[in-house]
Amino acid sequence: MTRSFPVTITVNEKEYKREVEPRLLLSDFLRHELGLTGTHVGCEHGVCGACTILFDGESVRSCLIFAIQADGHSIATVEGLAKDKDDLHPIQQAFWEAHGLQCGYCTPGILMTLVPFLKQNPNPTEAEIRHALSGNLCRCTGYQHIVDAVKLAAEKMR
Amino acid sequence: MKPASFEYHVPDTLEQALGLMSQYADEAKILAGGQSLVPAMNFRVAQPGMLIDLNRVNELSFIREEAGTFHIGAMTRERHLEFNSSLAKRAPLLTEAAPFIAHPQIRNRGTLGGSIVNADPAAELPVLMLALDARLKAQNASGERWIEAHDFFAGMFTTALASDEILVEIELPFMPLRTGWSFMEVAPRAGDYALMGVAALVTLDENGKCKKAKLVYLNAGDSPVDAKESARLLEGAALNDALIESAAAMASEKEINPFGNIHTSIDFQRHLANVLTKNALKQAVKRAEENLQ
Repeated sequence: MTRSFPVTITVNEKEYKREVEPRLLLSDFLRHELGLTGTHVGCEHGVCGACTILFDGESVRSCLIFAIQADGHSIATVEGLAKDKDDLHPIQQAFWEAHGLQCGYCTPGILMTLVPFLKQNPNPTEAEIRHALSGNLCRCTGYQHIVDAVKLAAEKMR
Repeated sequence: MKPASFEYHVPDTLEQALGLMSQYADEAKILAGGQSLVPAMNFRVAQPGMLIDLNRVNELSFIREEAGTFHIGAMTRERHLEFNSSLAKRAPLLTEAAPFIAHPQIRNRGTLGGSIVNADPAAELPVLMLALDARLKAQNASGERWIEAHDFFAGMFTTALASDEILVEIELPFMPLRTGWSFMEVAPRAGDYALMGVAALVTLDENGKCKKAKLVYLNAGDSPVDAKESARLLEGAALNDALIESAAAMASEKEINPFGNIHTSIDFQRHLANVLTKNALKQAVKRAEENLQ
């Protein structure tokens, strides 16, 4: 076993201090060290998008970054989106209303992909939405209702 | 799966990184964006004993213009190339191809230098470096040298870098006047590795004849494939469909050497190369003609 290093990582605006082995993936840090199991792990090689989080505001795969690399950085996960269960983020509300999920496994990664996308592109075309979601696999929906939900979310947020 | 354990160093400056490389060249691997290395480590296909993480070496992340040339730091994220307005104007081939590199989340993290040094023959950036006549600056603790993109790719996942060298900077000349460009590829799904892809450049002379042409292919051999003979067919001529078809036939049948894989036969790759070459050349010629005025 290699030695552990102290890190300070801000997750959803809360600061956490932990000791981590360099090989610990950020996805596993979030889930196992912090208990934030909203970030899902699918393929662990960057294809499925389930583990997408925001790293300093940009969507990235948390399974392709080591926790130690997040030292001093700011992470946002799906747990930070809703203020409480009755006050969802507009993107979550749109997914609820437009039936943008079935089993829900891919949903956290999709939501975290969409947060910066809709900020940069508040009025996206369907083609732009599909390109933005090209790195998130959903095995249930066939994507149509997800695309509908993104359009609805964009409307709510404009 | 999870990566095997490794020793980890995270230098703040290039000088520190070069020092570490001179000390640990044999066991260390550079961690750039990690979008190919970390999946390989998760699969345990790669088990480096040590990683030297360049993500805190801020001096390696820049896009500068100088006398008709772009100077780009090796740690510049692919996403920054994609949205840089000067590149869009002076090296639009790169801007056109950037959205084909994996997925947006990967481009947010993946770096120009990382993709070049990874030297995956199916990747876009090595092909673009050849198409754009890039020069690559390698550095070790005792000095630096410039390597032409043409001399850099030595085979599958293999480059001309010595074990203690770090790729630090990429120099890209502005695309010449009266140059048209096109990048096209075919992938099973958006963001997947392409079955076949081509970067085409056509420079016209003042009379509208082809002065210089370039055709570079991905997933067409064990390195990016520069189809020089096929491009030469076009040079000096007024381009028409018949010439374009001959160049496409020659490149797809003679100059590329695709291997096939689980998703495609070699024949289908050659077929795609033929069709993509024709379409890309036609688009490049059209754009070059629009740039004549």
